[in-house]
Amino acid sequence: MSTATLSYPKPQKPWRPKQRDLIPTYLGILVVFLGTWALVEFTGFAGKLGAFASAVICTTLVSTFLAGRSRGKQAAKNAAVASIITSLALLAMFPVISILGTVLVRGTKGLYVGFFTTDMGLASVNDPLNVGGILHAIIGTFIMIIIATLISVPLGISTAIYLTEIRGPGSRLIRFLVQAMSGVPSIVAGLFIYSAIISGSGRGFNGLWGALALAILMLPTVARTAEEVLLLIAEDLREAGLALGATQWRTVAMVVVPAAKSGLITAMILGIARIAGETAPLLFTTGGGDETNLNPVDGVMGSIPFAIWKALISGSAESNARAWASILVLLALVMILFFSARRLGKARR
Amino acid sequence: MTENVKPSSLASVAAANANRSPGKHALGTGLEARSVHAWFGKNHVLADVSLDFAAGTVTALIGPSGCGKSTFIRTLNRMHEFIPTAAMAGEVLLDGRDIYASGVDVTKIRLKIGMVFQKPNPFPSMTIGENVLSGLKLAQLKQSNKEELMEECLVRAGLWNEVKDRLDAHGGSLSGGQQQRLCIARSLAVNPQVLLMDEPCSALDPGSTLRIEETIRELSETMTVIIVTHNMQQAARISDYTAFFLADGHPGMMIESGPTSEIFSNPKDKRTENYVTGRFG
Repeated sequence: MSTATLSYPKPQKPWRPKQRDLIPTYLGILVVFLGTWALVEFTGFAGKLGAFASAVICTTLVSTFLAGRSRGKQAAKNAAVASIITSLALLAMFPVISILGTVLVRGTKGLYVGFFTTDMGLASVNDPLNVGGILHAIIGTFIMIIIATLISVPLGISTAIYLTEIRGPGSRLIRFLVQAMSGVPSIVAGLFIYSAIISGSGRGFNGLWGALALAILMLPTVARTAEEVLLLIAEDLREAGLALGATQWRTVAMVVVPAAKSGLITAMILGIARIAGETAPLLFTTGGGDETNLNPVDGVMGSIPFAIWKALISGSAESNARAWASILVLLALVMILFFSARRLGKARR
Repeated sequence: MTENVKPSSLASVAAANANRSPGKHALGTGLEARSVHAWFGKNHVLADVSLDFAAGTVTALIGPSGCGKSTFIRTLNRMHEFIPTAAMAGEVLLDGRDIYASGVDVTKIRLKIGMVFQKPNPFPSMTIGENVLSGLKLAQLKQSNKEELMEECLVRAGLWNEVKDRLDAHGGSLSGGQQQRLCIARSLAVNPQVLLMDEPCSALDPGSTLRIEETIRELSETMTVIIVTHNMQQAARISDYTAFFLADGHPGMMIESGPTSEIFSNPKDKRTENYVTGRFG
């Protein structure tokens, strides 16, 4: 046995390339920049997309050449495929980053403190930007998302548990219906609530009807995602619970669902993401008021998507700025919801 | 030691095994580990292991769980680096050249140093025959007489008679022991110099285990075998050399190594003796 008191070497990662080995890579990056510039300057590859395409071509060629030079044909192919896949992934990110950038640039112009503390009750969308705000819409969206979540998350997770745990009669039919339901156009959900509840009954528009329409849209997303998540739980875990003498209910409640918890929270988040920006189902159900209304069962209720729609169709410079600012607020709210749900899911693991 | 039946029987098993002459047709000059250390993040899990694996020998790595045996075996074909927090120090020499040297093509290293895992893992989308030849396909190696090679590998893995009539069936249709022998046949098809086996029999029944042990004995005619095992009977039956690992509150270390018959009959270190006589571990 070697003496344990001897000083040990430092941890190393010999599989990482050394600075010396990276010199060809640095030269390669230089070649990529020069090549991209040359292609854009002297050929038809103009504009942002042209520059991107040139960069992809140059990077693929250079990385393939470098890998092939040092490690042969197999490595060259590997590098070519890796480079193309990475480029396609970046291409997929393009619209996302572009949208976020546009919203940030245009949205910040319409923002001021009062935008969050006042409503449009005494203002018009064409008024100067320091008058009025979307407090009514923020509150309305929050209230309706909360009600829709309270309805569709228990229903959706129960459906998923029926499909994966109880596996009772009609499972296949229910699975098929849930799938079909996720294809329902959002305006149909609004029309359904309108014709079933509002039309001809003497009942007025309010936030609850809007939330019900949103819940119809949210339910299939939650149910399908939750089902996928529960199916990932290993069968031995269920058997382990049952083998300890637990009933199915105790096993599901104490073993299966806790094991799937972070996935179930993801299901809820995806459901909220599905409905947060919906406008169509709210058109026939909420009435889209301009004043702050905290009561979902009495009177018209505004929402951010509705406010965006209303401002956009007005067409003036001020209303456009208001719409972009509202889009920014909506995106920020959705992000906040996502992050807090994620933290909630992690905190109790 | 006389009052304890088990160690003396182990020692006699090892002694009987020692009569065998290892490695007539072995390839290369074997594998050498030079003061290998391994870390996961800040956690030092393996310290200063130096071991020579002569060509054509079978070496068993024994020791209690968590002593770094599996980590060590994974440093020998550079599978260790797949764990993001992993780090290591030291050298592993194959034919006298460090496999961690810069410029070494890691895929070629793994072609020469094959691995059989604890859990049988035949490729689910391939038939039995395709599984055996999958290494050639994955590494895009040229091979003219594929049928012959497939039969040879399955014969050497001791599986041919059981599957020769259903080479087109899926690997998943085999029993656990058959699946593991299929995985061994799969490793043989690319003709590695060294075969690493990480507890290959831990999930198998005694019959399958015996078949695989016979296979390992035959393999050592043409390659160097390094096997992690918790089964000391197995180590005594099949290995030429044995190395005993122990963590004991410190990073895992190699306590003692030597010819298997000596480790089991006349260990130098008290802790080795305690372990091989079943007093702990």
